[in-house]
This record gives sequence, C-alpha cells and structure tokens, in this order.
Amino acid sequence: MGNLSTVGHLTWLHLLQSVLPVVLGTLISIPIARFAAGRRARGAGGRRGAGRVRRGVVVNAAALLYTVPSLALFVLLPLILGTSITSLTNVIVALTLYVVAMMVRSCVDAFESVSPEVLDAGTAMGYRPLRAFFGIELPLSVPVMAAGLRVALVSNISMVSVGAVIGIQSLGTLFTDGLRRDLMAEIVVGILATVVLALVLDRLVTWSAAALTRWQVRA
Amino acid sequence: MNVLEQTWKWFADPASWTGAGGIWSRLVEHLGYSGLVLLIAAVIALPVGVLVGHRRSGGNVVVGVAGALRALPTLGLLTLFALWIGLGLTAPVLALVLLAIAPLLTGAYAGVSAVDPVVVDAARAQGLTEWQILTRVELPVAVPVIFGGIRNATLQVIATVTIMAYIDLGGLGRFLIDGLAVRDYSRMVASMILAAALALVLDAVLAGAQKLLSSPGLSKED
Repeated sequence: MGNLSTVGHLTWLHLLQSVLPVVLGTLISIPIARFAAGRRARGAGGRRGAGRVRRGVVVNAAALLYTVPSLALFVLLPLILGTSITSLTNVIVALTLYVVAMMVRSCVDAFESVSPEVLDAGTAMGYRPLRAFFGIELPLSVPVMAAGLRVALVSNISMVSVGAVIGIQSLGTLFTDGLRRDLMAEIVVGILATVVLALVLDRLVTWSAAALTRWQVRA
Repeated sequence: MNVLEQTWKWFADPASWTGAGGIWSRLVEHLGYSGLVLLIAAVIALPVGVLVGHRRSGGNVVVGVAGALRALPTLGLLTLFALWIGLGLTAPVLALVLLAIAPLLTGAYAGVSAVDPVVVDAARAQGLTEWQILTRVELPVAVPVIFGGIRNATLQVIATVTIMAYIDLGGLGRFLIDGLAVRDYSRMVASMILAAALALVLDAVLAGAQKLLSSPGLSKED
C-alpha cells in the first residue's frame, strides 16, 4: 500500500509538471504567434517587408530556445530566478519556456492555415478585430494548433522524468530509485504510469479539439 | 554572481580542458555516443519513412508508432535496459535509438508523402521507374523536411546523451553528475553551458548543410 501511495503522489507531481507548463506555454504562445503571423485579413496576398522579418525573428528565436536542452534549462534558470534547482517554480518555468519554443511555430502555422478570404468575409460582415479573432481566427486554427499541442504535451511528459537525474521529484524518481535499488519492477511501473498518463492526456486533447471543431467532417 | 565567477574560473583553467576527464575528451565522447545513436536510428528509420511516404499508404501506422515512441520516457528505458543488459554502452544506445527514431521516421515520411502528386505523376508519365522517381524526384524535393527530422533528432540526442553519465558513462553530462555529487553548482552550470553550446553549434551546422543540399527551386517564395 505504501508503494501505491508513493506512485500516486509521484503521478500527481508528474501531472502538475507536465500539464501546467503546456497550458501556460500555449497561452503565452498564442499572442506571440498571432503577432508573428501578422495582419492577414487586410491585403490578403503575399507577405513582404516588415511582416516577413517579424515572422522570421519570432520563429527563429523560438527555434533557438528549442535547441537548449531541457536539463540545461533546469540547471541554468535558477541563476536568473534565484530558486533552487528542485523547486517547483524552477521546473514549471523551465518547461513552460520549452513548450513556448515548440508551440510558437505550431501556432504561427495554425494562424496561417486560416484562409484569408474567410477573415475578409468576417470583416465584410462587420466583425471587429477582437471578435474576428475569438470568433473566427482562433476557432479555425484549432486543428493545426491541437496537432502541435499533442506533440508538445507528449514530449513534455517524457521530458519531465529526466529531471529526476538532478533530484526533481516525478514519476522519473521511480527510474532513478529503481536503478539504485536494483528493482526492475519499480522502473517498469514508472514507464507504464508515464505512458498511460501520456495516452490519457493525448486522448483528452484530441477529444477537446474535436469538440471545439464540430464543423469538421470526420472520416 | 558567485556561481558564474566560479564557472568562468573553471572554464579559464587550462587543466579543465585537457586530460582524460577534461572538456575536450568529454566532448569527443559526447559526439561519439550521439553519432553512433543517430547512425543506427537513421539506418532503421529513414528507409522505412521514405518507403511508406513513397507508397502513400500506411501513414497512420508511422504516425502511431512515432507517437508511441515519443511517449516512452527515455530515462525509464535507460535505467530498465541498464538493469537488464548491465552497465556499458549497449543499454543507453538502445534507449537513445528509440528516442531518435520518432523524429527521423516522421520527417522522412512527411517529407516524401508531401511531394505534390502531380509532380510524381509527371515524372511517371515521362517514363521514370519507381526507383528513379524516388531518388530523382521525391527525395530531392523532400530534403528540407527530412533534414528537419534529422535536426530534431540530433537536438534530442545531444540533449539526452547528458544522462548517460548517470549510468557511469562519459560525455558532457559527466560534469553535471559529478558536480551534483559534490554539491558543486558551478560545475553543473558549466556542464549545461557546454551541452547547450554544442546543441547550438551542431544545429547551425546542420542548418547550413540543409541549405546546401536543398534545391534552390524549393525555397522559392510564392
């Protein structure tokens, strides 16, 4: 019974560290990506000049951030945040940054997948920018965004366990503990719990995306 | 700023760089492990992805397999294999190959299957054999996307090879684990600065290679 409650506690910590950064990271990525994608409703044609530069800067900055290993973020961020490496704040901020690095690109692609004609139609029907964004652009970009979200979420769940190497508690603790105590069963339980967590959350995203895009024809 | 000063002092000390446990030898180890893992993963994943992309069916299986591999925690596999096979190179290489297969497979599949069918049909109409279509039309057009997969795999492998030090192997993660053991934060910082710098440099090199190998006709702005 003791083991079960340990696994339960670690699963909770793992859930917290994987879901919170994905939610925060996505909420941060959406405005950044919208800014980078530029104004597409007016003069729907090709993008040139300042718009293209802006998009390039944002997308490349995100790609640059993505190249930094997550373990490095765990270790280096406390220098800026002043927290300890194992503090929950540090872990959440590090993983949120990582999710932003992955999601900005997906969100830019998502906004660009929305047909400019539809946005023009919205404008013609009297939609103001804010209403057009929440009523037309954001809902229509959900499918592409959800695809990026699934990759970010599943990668993040796997990445959280790496923190155990430097003492951050999660399901990954079962791996380091199992190795130290020569307990293969503990490691297998950890792997299974992680995979189940990933599958359940992945399904959740798929279902939510489907519920948000009821107009899509499904095979 | 004490930590950064200490880190700087460690970098400035020539003794940190040379010798068996120095930065240079750890860097060579890191690159060696990463190269081995990427080579094995590429030999498995790229042909499969390219073939499935060429046949334009079975894409769901590729996406499913890649998703499942992505969900597997690499540290879990690493420790499991280490207990199973024993300490040494085989266990971590196996775990990391599984990590690298997902991005390579999806890149190769997505790249080839995204080639405009009209282009492929035009090639077929001109009398090219399937092999010629694959090597002369589909692969050249798919280069940017396939390279995207290779870059992604490289980043993930370089980042994750750091944890090989956890099971008593070398690489740049050695400084992290050793620093952690003696509560020397500055050495951990140094280790991660090195890992991040290596990732940045390698990604830049691969980006350059991608540019050189991609046909100029592909980057045309529409």
